[in-house]
Amino acid sequence: MDFLSGLFAFLYQTGDAFAFLVLSACGLAVIFGMMGVINLAHGEFILCGAYVSTTAAHLGLPLPFSILLGGLVAGLVGMLLERVVIRRLYARPLDTIVVTWGISMIATQGTLILLGPSMQSTGTPFGSFMVGGYGYSIYRLVLMAAAVATLALLWVIFTRTRFGVLARATIQVPHIAEALGVDTSLIYMLTFGLGAALAGLAGGLYAPTMTLVPTMGATFVIEAFVTVVVGGADIFLGTAPAAAILAVVKAGLTSWQGQLAGQIGLLVAVVLVIRVLPRGLTGFILRERA
Amino acid sequence: MSSPNAFTSAFRLLEGPQTLGKGIGFWSGFVVVLALACIYPLFADGYDVGNNVYFFNWAFMALGLSLIWGYGGALSFGQTAFFGVAGYAYGVLTINLGDAYGLTLVSLLAAVGLSALFAAVLGYFLFFGRISGVFLGIVTLSVTLVLERFMSQTAGPQWVIGSARLNGFNGMGNMPSLTIPWPGGDVVLFPDVPLYYVTLALLVIAYLALRMLVNSRFGNVLVAIRENPQRAEMLGYDVRKYQLIGFVIGSALAGLSGVLYTAWGNYITPSSMGMSAAALPVVWVAVGGRSDLTTTLVGTLLVLAGFQALTIYGSQYALVVMGLLLVVTILAAPSGIIITVGSFVSKGLRRRLARETA
Repeated sequence: MDFLSGLFAFLYQTGDAFAFLVLSACGLAVIFGMMGVINLAHGEFILCGAYVSTTAAHLGLPLPFSILLGGLVAGLVGMLLERVVIRRLYARPLDTIVVTWGISMIATQGTLILLGPSMQSTGTPFGSFMVGGYGYSIYRLVLMAAAVATLALLWVIFTRTRFGVLARATIQVPHIAEALGVDTSLIYMLTFGLGAALAGLAGGLYAPTMTLVPTMGATFVIEAFVTVVVGGADIFLGTAPAAAILAVVKAGLTSWQGQLAGQIGLLVAVVLVIRVLPRGLTGFILRERA
Repeated sequence: MSSPNAFTSAFRLLEGPQTLGKGIGFWSGFVVVLALACIYPLFADGYDVGNNVYFFNWAFMALGLSLIWGYGGALSFGQTAFFGVAGYAYGVLTINLGDAYGLTLVSLLAAVGLSALFAAVLGYFLFFGRISGVFLGIVTLSVTLVLERFMSQTAGPQWVIGSARLNGFNGMGNMPSLTIPWPGGDVVLFPDVPLYYVTLALLVIAYLALRMLVNSRFGNVLVAIRENPQRAEMLGYDVRKYQLIGFVIGSALAGLSGVLYTAWGNYITPSSMGMSAAALPVVWVAVGGRSDLTTTLVGTLLVLAGFQALTIYGSQYALVVMGLLLVVTILAAPSGIIITVGSFVSKGLRRRLARETA
């Protein structure tokens, strides 16, 4: 029984870490896979989703809807940003990163000025259950389900919808797609919006579990960065398996030495991985398959 | 080659294809600016002079970032990691060793060396793993963010190295200032006129040495790698080695900034490695013009002065303005405002000259 409850604790922690890594990274990975650009304002889209969903929840909207609303608003903001700023920089990917950092600074500090140093959280719903003398939050299980559902949804979008097919065509050879009549600039905007919406969704989902402060985006970005670095450019061949592997590393180190050790371990794992697999798991898997 | 010859050829590298400014005009301007900087303490209060050393402290990190990013083309967003490592190392070393017998200077060298070593280890994995520009930026950024979080949780009494408490989020204080052993009484460099001159001298040395470095064979290869890594590799240069060396030198300069800052304010906190701290060097270097040392230096000092003024009059808007400045610079003048304005003016002058001679 002791062994079983220990095993459950480890699985629960791994699942929790997996959900966190997948949810915080998939928005970043969508944008990176599409445009080869790392969006340093990723954390601020998460912030946007968290604030919008919490405000909506305070106004009386049921939690699932307010989470979706958070994702939606973040997606719209993302599309607007793509139209106004990012679009001008497609020829200069490295400059795009710097610009998104500038946007991130404006957003973080602007939120602090406009909305104050913190926002009242809604509190974690659903309560907890007991296994082997330890309490576990039910909401964390919801988050794990949400992570799997998000991956499934992305798979459906990218393989079963017209948008997904056109988006993949645009990723592979942009000018041929354009020559065949694909409105690539629209695809770019929608993809950036999708990435931002996924970030907003992550923010909305995690908002009930954490303190809402303007710098909360920074809590997510390290995990998101390392997952995308380890994963490489493809969500299904890269991000998801990377999240699974890193989740085991993180859960193991966290239960052994605490949360910070988990983060440091992640970073060390990443630095070691890029020495061996510079193109991430995606490159590794594709090479094996070829 | 005889040694005076080597000396003059090193001197000749002060001007070259990789640095703006040459000839009698530029250097007389340089001497005038330097002279103004030298006589400034005569006309100002010692307290103000000591405060203004603050601006010089950061310039080393900016010059280092210019070398890594502007000349080498490698985005390092985590220079503050080396700043923080060196700052904390200086604090720990001097609190343990004390300030007698010039031990603060030994600590300075050891702290800068430690940050260079850290950069060498990290850079080995990054550059020899041949990761691309995008990933380099986010991995270095992650490193500095994790270091910030690590130092923030060192509040407990178990986090002590020798007699130095790390003090967690509140930061470490009370380390001695730099002290120069001198017959007839040590010279303690409090934030006052002597520290101003020492820092200014260091800055001039760093600036001139970097000019020689980037105009040397090494610097030319570094720029060749920035322009086209494949071509540089085909020509037989080990891209990884050159980028790593550039990264280590630039990071050691960030470390020097960290030590000077810590010794100046007798204080260092984890937030000096945080997200907004990491963003500021990028703003300074990008706004001035990262691909040249002079524009980087001028841009850094101007932006810092502007930031300082904003912090006094509307502290909370300062970071928003910095972000806006960065976005506008990248959109409107990607190579930096000073470089863009400069090339615009010089193009206009040349056109006018051509018209007058015609």
